[in-house]
Amino acid sequence: MKARVIVTLKAGVLDPQGKAIEGALRSLGVEGVAGVRQGKVFDVELDAADRAEAEAQLKAACEKLLANLVIENFAIEIA
Amino acid sequence: MKAAVVVFPGSNREGDMARALRQATGRAPAMVWHAEHELPAGTDLVVLPGGFSYGDYLRCGAIAGRAPVMEAVRAHAARGGLTLGVCNGFQILCESGLLPGVLMRNAGLRFVCRMQHLRVERADAAFTRHYAPGQTIEVAIAHGEGNYEADDETIHRLEGEGRVAFRYCDAAGVVGGAANPNGSRNDIAGIYSDARNVLGLMPHPENLIDPLVGGTDGRALFASLAA
Repeated sequence: MKARVIVTLKAGVLDPQGKAIEGALRSLGVEGVAGVRQGKVFDVELDAADRAEAEAQLKAACEKLLANLVIENFAIEIA
Repeated sequence: MKAAVVVFPGSNREGDMARALRQATGRAPAMVWHAEHELPAGTDLVVLPGGFSYGDYLRCGAIAGRAPVMEAVRAHAARGGLTLGVCNGFQILCESGLLPGVLMRNAGLRFVCRMQHLRVERADAAFTRHYAPGQTIEVAIAHGEGNYEADDETIHRLEGEGRVAFRYCDAAGVVGGAANPNGSRNDIAGIYSDARNVLGLMPHPENLIDPLVGGTDGRALFASLAA
């Protein structure tokens, strides 16, 4: 089973990398960019029997390691 | 004082740390590999040194914070055992849940590597007995992700319980403004656990123990621990 985990910074958490990318886009002349936030994507292969099991495994993976819940949110997409 | 220094793949300050501990205690610390499940019997102090554990992949200190040896470190800290994390070690303590909060990318985006003044916030912890409260010291900093962040409630708790160990300041001891090298909340450079037996800090006191390298303000921390 293929799945994707997306980890993003919580709203309000300073994202200097996003800010730097935002500035770079502006200096390249890319118009209309009001803001950029940088996140992380993990493509995960799972041996889960069904979607519910896969979701539980991914949730555990996020809470244990993939996301730091002090500053980050995560979203799970199962193919 | 029996000290142990944990070495992770990517640690690079374990040698400096061992030298500082040897100078203060008169004996070499045990060097403990991250894959171990136990600390040497009778360990009084565990130190997580600076560096780039596991290449700082995922997040600084995230993978190291979950290494096998950290179960033993957690048990040691829960027993009241002294635990010190410097720089990447501080990041590991936060990622492992031994200290609250997180170290974010420096607000100015740059890796900062320079001498830095600190204010010693209290001198009644096992780590700071050889300093005077409010004393200004000069040590080295070298980090890209030292911007301490926590939610408002955690910051209130740390301040209210007197758990801020060191703050960034200028040469005159004035805290704030340009003296803050990385954007840390409340100019925090280091914090204690609630029982004050765990200390995490970004600056490197272990690099300022010899007049040959420009100062000895780090010595008192190790002398305090050895006492």
